[in-house]
Amino acid sequence: MRNLVAFPVLFLVLMLQTTIFSRLTLLSGAADLMLVTLAALAIQEQVTSAWHWAVLGGLMIGLVSGVPWFVPVVGYLIVVGLARLLQQRFWQVPVLALFAVVFTGSWVVNLLTFAALQIMGRPIALDDALGLVILPSLLLNMLLAVPVRTLIVDLANWLYPVEETL
Amino acid sequence: MRFQGLNMRDFLSRSIQTIIVFLVVGGILLLAFGGYFGRASTLFSGSLLGIQEWVSVRYLAIQDFLTAPRESATLIQRNAELEAEVARLQAEVITLEQKVAETDVLSALVDYATAKPENTYMAAAVIGRDPSPFLHYVIINRGSNDGVQRGMPIVTDQGLVGRVDAVIANAARVMLITDPASSVNVHLQKSKTDAMLLGSLTGDLSLDMISQDATVEAGDVVLTSGLGGGYPADIVVGQIVNVRKLDYELFQQATVQSVVDFTRLQIVLVITNFRAIDITPLIPETVP
Repeated sequence: MRNLVAFPVLFLVLMLQTTIFSRLTLLSGAADLMLVTLAALAIQEQVTSAWHWAVLGGLMIGLVSGVPWFVPVVGYLIVVGLARLLQQRFWQVPVLALFAVVFTGSWVVNLLTFAALQIMGRPIALDDALGLVILPSLLLNMLLAVPVRTLIVDLANWLYPVEETL
Repeated sequence: MRFQGLNMRDFLSRSIQTIIVFLVVGGILLLAFGGYFGRASTLFSGSLLGIQEWVSVRYLAIQDFLTAPRESATLIQRNAELEAEVARLQAEVITLEQKVAETDVLSALVDYATAKPENTYMAAAVIGRDPSPFLHYVIINRGSNDGVQRGMPIVTDQGLVGRVDAVIANAARVMLITDPASSVNVHLQKSKTDAMLLGSLTGDLSLDMISQDATVEAGDVVLTSGLGGGYPADIVVGQIVNVRKLDYELFQQATVQSVVDFTRLQIVLVITNFRAIDITPLIPETVP
């Protein structure tokens, strides 16, 4: 039942993304709130259903965006996979793990989107994409990571309370 | 009995004396306060009132001191109430300002619609942008339930915005003319030549396919030509900012300044009586 919270939470994230964060641009790049949220959630050890959240978030973005629906789904699943992998490596420094996931995840999602748009025949040059969209978006995602993590840690602790062993 | 009679007389006489003394003193005081004793009475009443004032001032000071915490608590509460009232009024002012701004926009749109009666318009609010920074799309709050269909052009009172790319029941996604995949057939008003308007990743607009023979200058107004069936003709798009003409190239190119501020889109008009024509089947396929 607690996984049902994903619907209102991710819907709120989608709403904030389309109304606010897509308008706050740096050059032509914009922060990906959904990516940062999913990364911050998946990095929490006690969260067991991050994969489901990734699929749901990807489908929501795919429904709204002009990018093919499977691109965000695949991209966010890779982000969650990265988070799960790095969470075990950097378990003592979760903020560092989050930065690593957001950094790598932003590259993956943006490059996937760029590749899909190229296949669709959209005339976007790679150097323009890198300089105007991918790198500015990456910077904004990194800036967004810390405040989002603060909220998501509380959410994760509320949804998946850690059982302390004596 | 005699003893008792003497006591009774004493009592009566003392009472009468007391009453007389009271009446005399009272009368003197009344006369003194009435100013009938001249300077003496003024001096007397002045001293008395001076003492009265001194006591009163001290009393009020002590009262203030003793009741100060209660007063400050009342003031704090009152201050909080007033601050809440100010916040509420400020919110109301902001709401009203938004309404005024919306009314201005709608008024301009109505003027535009009246000036072009050949089209049927439907107003829609821009409620979001595409989450992907690679795409220049906006989301409007009108969908198939309102009769919106794919391909319908979107304009504002200033000029062309884009066209509907996808529709759901209560919303639609609009591809702006600044999108990298957008291409619009346009006509240059002054030089009377056709060209193709292209979007870009940065949102800048450029013109391509301008004939080398055409004399194109900065300031020339760009209008939709209607060719290709994607947009109605004669919708203002923008103005040419600069022209690039190289002898070894097939066509001239130009940069266009759009008349629409795409970062501040709030309310747009959907041209509902226009049906985009898909000419893809008519385009000959390249034979390998």
